[in-house]
This record gives sequence, structure tokens and C-alpha cells, in this order.
Amino acid sequence: MNLIDLLGLDFMHRALLAALFTGLAAPAIGTFLVQKRLALLGDGIGHIAVTGVALGLLTGTSPTWTAVVVAIIGAVVIEVIREQGHTNGDVALALLFYGGLAGGVLITGLDGQGASSLNSYLFGSLTSIRGGDVWFTLALAVVILAVTLGLLPQLFSVASDPEFAKVAGLQVRAYNVLVAVLAAVTVTVAMRTVGLLLVSALMVVPVATSQQLARSFRTTLTGAMGVGVVAAVGGLLLSAALSVHATVAPGPTIVLLALAMFASTWPLGVWLRHRRRLRAPFPAVPADGTDHSHDVTEDHSHQHGDDCGHPAVQHGDHVDYVHDGHRHAPHGEHYDEH
Amino acid sequence: MLNEHGPVVVDARDVTVAIGGRPVLRSNTLRVHEGEFLALMGANGSGKSTLVRALTGLRPLTSGSVALFGTPLDDFDQRQRIGFVPQRATAAGGVPASVREVVASGRLTRRRVLRPPGRADRRAVADALEVVGLADRAGDGISTLSGGQQQRALIARALAGEPDLFFLDEPTAGVDLPNQQALAAALRTLSERGATVVLVAHELGPLAPLVDRAVVLRDGRIAYDGPPLSEEAVHFHHHPTTEHHDHAPHVASPLDTLEGGR
Ligand SMILES: Nc1ncnc2c1ncn2[C@@H]1O[C@H](COP(=O)(O)OP(=O)(O)OP(=O)(O)O)[C@@H](O)[C@H]1O
Ligand SMILES: [Mg+2]
Ligand SMILES: [Zn+2]
Ligand SMILES: [Zn+2]
Ligand SMILES: [Zn+2]
Ligand SMILES: [Zn+2]
Repeated sequence: MNLIDLLGLDFMHRALLAALFTGLAAPAIGTFLVQKRLALLGDGIGHIAVTGVALGLLTGTSPTWTAVVVAIIGAVVIEVIREQGHTNGDVALALLFYGGLAGGVLITGLDGQGASSLNSYLFGSLTSIRGGDVWFTLALAVVILAVTLGLLPQLFSVASDPEFAKVAGLQVRAYNVLVAVLAAVTVTVAMRTVGLLLVSALMVVPVATSQQLARSFRTTLTGAMGVGVVAAVGGLLLSAALSVHATVAPGPTIVLLALAMFASTWPLGVWLRHRRRLRAPFPAVPADGTDHSHDVTEDHSHQHGDDCGHPAVQHGDHVDYVHDGHRHAPHGEHYDEH
Repeated sequence: MLNEHGPVVVDARDVTVAIGGRPVLRSNTLRVHEGEFLALMGANGSGKSTLVRALTGLRPLTSGSVALFGTPLDDFDQRQRIGFVPQRATAAGGVPASVREVVASGRLTRRRVLRPPGRADRRAVADALEVVGLADRAGDGISTLSGGQQQRALIARALAGEPDLFFLDEPTAGVDLPNQQALAAALRTLSERGATVVLVAHELGPLAPLVDRAVVLRDGRIAYDGPPLSEEAVHFHHHPTTEHHDHAPHVASPLDTLEGGR
């Protein structure tokens, strides 16, 4: 059986659809978490959701539903602690994270199945996605996208400066709880494809990738969604192709693909920022005459011009050529040091 | 323009604020009339920011009351009438945001949820950027700006909502003289149009001629309320006192809250 045959199978269609929507939704909500400097919130919720899955396995109810409920409760508790706890909020979060994971593993043990049955939830699994799950994933992803894109200005304001937002009359607490609940829903949506322990990566790594190149919040958000889709769908296909030979969970391949995209944009981002800094116009010459324009450079054999390769940067009414940490302005036959 | 007989815009009575059980503001009464330009002064830690936060509803009162435009703060919903510049070192978050995006968030008070910005909104944002001299940096990332430029972006954010009551907490800290003058010119225009301004500042600089009234806080109490003062009088340079500024007790357990201590 090869990849082409695999692609014809129903469960692959379901998995691809789920990956597509997860890839769109997770970075959308992740952008707001990163803006709030809560990049690891998704990770915390993922750990708490492990208990939810274990409860579902123990009681024989659908683990998806128990995970959604437990994750939402956990997310709201985290949000409340964060709002109230000021300085030591992160310690409280850590307590919840570990409690969730330990509780989940313990409960699965009680069930007598051991931790192995949890595995498909921890790292994702291609074959575990049922028809109903796809519609569930799809509906939740649409809700997440509609809310994050529709309320983008409000959520941006609350995430970047909650105090200003509050004075502006926004319901800061409600928006914060909304983001936390959406993050919890995203975690459970992504549980089947990326798995609970790696879902946070799909929320954060695409944002980190996109912000290498973006200058505004909106472009970071849309860029992250693009990266998320490529990573989720590409990673899924990769793991399907590999699973012809061995058992490869989709979660790790998706995350590694996203990390590879980050690694390849990083140098590009460094170069772009460097170039942008180099080309930013210099402030115009002060009118008060404290001008040093006649520092003539000695021994300047090079002829600056349009295509000499040195950035020509606007400086008041003329341009300075930037090279080797100097700014040279043409002045008749010689260059002035600016 | 100050109208002594005009309506009271800010009406704070017996405002007392305790943080972690420790009184920070003690029974202060402050009435600001429409069009007044008030400078709130005092040493570090005297409670200026806390008073501004209490007046804007960011800091709950332990006792006393605050009314804005005649409406008790709890019921006050004309948020588009308030502009706020927080005391801040940076305007950047974890994700890049353009200067325009930051300034545009000051316009949300006048925009309905789920509606794209209209022409008036874009105009207001552009004007605000123009006033603080950042029009040419509108598309740049806010984190690529210097501290003083970021402070100017925060001022523009407050201007974008076209409010008629401003709370400015040290808006000119770190801003150079030409831009302080530009801000003073903008505030003068607003003031002449009838806006009310509550300004926290250590040094008034070019804003000094605008000030109608000075209020000096000292250790959580209003120590002076009257015509503008010289800088020396505000900072008590002639009578230096050794001040004890022990902070509120630190929170030891993760689930403890400062608010709970009240
Ligand atoms: N979040 C807080 N937690 C604990 N104590 C606080 C908090 N905020 C303010 N305080 C205390 O309240 C007092 C007044 O602080 P406030 O920030 O109002 O001073 P300020 O007059 O604005 O000073 P500055 O000139 O430095 O801005 C200080 O003693 C400070 O320690
Ligand atoms: Mg202050
Ligand atoms: Zn010369
Ligand atoms: Zn050259
Ligand atoms: Zn030059
Ligand atoms: Zn040269």
C-alpha cells in the first residue's frame, strides 16, 4: 500500500479535513496568546485535557466531549488565577498543568488500560478520527475563525493593553475568558491530529514563523494561519507516507515541519530587519546650524552611485551612502562624512 | 477654556484606595470643571497614578465615590468621552503590531462591534498620528520605535477616540522638547475646544502655560489645590524629608491576591 492508495481512503479524507481546519484555527488563537505573552497557555490546557480524555475512557463516554468540558473548565480556572494572582500566576498555572497530566495518567491506570491507550490522544493518530469528529472539528474551527477574525480589533486591544481597553469600555474579563475558552476548544479540536502534548506548538510556532517577516498584527495573524495550514496538511501527508514503512504519529511530523519553516524564515527575518534598519531615513539636518557636513573623508577612491551596491538612504534634501558604519554624502568632487 | 460655573466633569468624593490592606489614597475630594486643565503633581509614590486609575475605574475604591459627567463610574458608559494615556515604558506586545494598529485601537470606543472602520475612523487615526508627528512611521512596527516615539504613539491612541476628558499619566516622560511643544499645541487646541484635561507630570515644560490649576499629592493626600506652582514648591526641595517607602507586603502563595487583603 502506498501513499496514493492511502489518499483514496475515507479516514485519510477525514484526517486531511481535520488537519486543514486545525491548521487554520490553532495559529489564529495562538496569535492572541503570544500577544498576551501566554504562549504556553495552550500547553497547560493540553495537559489538563489529558484528565478529560482519561475520564472519557474510564466512563465510556466520548473522550472528545469530556476533554472539551475539562479543558474549558481548566482554561477558565487558569484565566481567573491569572487575573487575580498577579505576580505568582505562573506558579499556579504550573500546578494545574502537572495536576492535569498526573491525574490523566492515574485515571487511565485505574481503568486498567495503562497509558498506551492515551497515546493516540497525546500525539495524534490518523485512524482514530471518526466521521462525527470531522464535523465537530469543522464546526468548532469555523466558530474559532469567525470569532477571532470578527472581533480582531477588540481582541487585539484587550491582548495588547488590557488597562487601556478597560478604560475604553471593553469587557476585558469577558474577552479574556473568551480567548481562554477558544484556546481550550482549539486544543480539543487539534487533539486528534497533533495530539494534546504538541498542540501548543501548532498554536505558537506558526506565529513565531510569521512574525519574522510581518510588521503588523493582522499580517502576522494571516501569515501564521498560512504556515499552520501548510504544516498541518503537509505534516499529515508526510506521516501518512512514512507510515507505509513504520508507525509515525502525525503530531511530531506536523510540529517538526512547522519548526523547519521557522528555521528557514529566521535568517530571512534577520536579513530583512537588518536591511530595514539600514534603509530607514536619517533625521533631517537640524536648522540651528549644528551641522557637521564638511567633514571631508580622506582617500575615498570608490565612486558611489545608483548601482554601487551601497544603500542610499534619504537624509533631508540629499542621500547618504551607508557602508562600513559610515554615512557618505556626495559633495562636488569628494564625499562628506555625515 | 475654563468655565468656573460650567458642569462638574470629574466629581470624586472622599476617595480612599487601599492596596493589599495598605492605604495609598486617603480621603481625597477633587472636583474638575468642564474645560479645566489640571496638573496633578507630587513625588514618586505619592499616589498620582493610583488617583488617575481610581478616576478611570481601573482601581476599585475602598470608600468614597467617583462620578464622571454626572454619572457614577459604575453606570458610566459614554467611554468615547474619555481618553487615557497610561504611565508606561513600552507599547509593544509579544506580536509585532504597526503603529497604526496601536493608534486605531483608541478608536474602538466609537466603533460598533463587527463593523469595519469607516472613513471618519481612518481620518481620526491619521489626524492623531499627524499631531504626534508619527504619520511617516504609521506602517512601522511599534517595537522599532524609540521609547519617546512609543509614548507619542500612546498619546495618539488617546487622541484617536476624540474624547473630551483626558487623563494623561506622565505623557511627556522621555519625549523631546520639539515633540513636547507639538503635544502642547495639540492640547491647547483641544482645551480651547472645551476639553477637560487631567495631566500627571513632574515637569510641565511647554505645557506649563496651559495649566489652570495644580493639585499636589503628598503621601496619598491632596496637600495643595490651587493656582499653578513653580517646580520647587511641588517637590519641596527646600525642606527635604526622609521618606519611608516600604512597599505593600509581597504575596507568598500563588493563589493569594492583593485585592483579597482588603
Ligand atoms: N499594584 C500595586 N501593588 C502594590 N502597591 C502599589 C501598587 N500600585 C501602587 N502601589 C503603591 O501605591 C503608592 C502610590 O503609587 P503610584 O503609582 O500611585 O505613585 P505615583 O505618584 O504615580 O508615582 P510615580 O511618580 O513614580 O509615577 C506607592 O507607595 C506604591 O508602592
Ligand atoms: Mg505614576
Ligand atoms: Zn564637503
Ligand atoms: Zn558605493
Ligand atoms: Zn547626509
Ligand atoms: Zn563612501
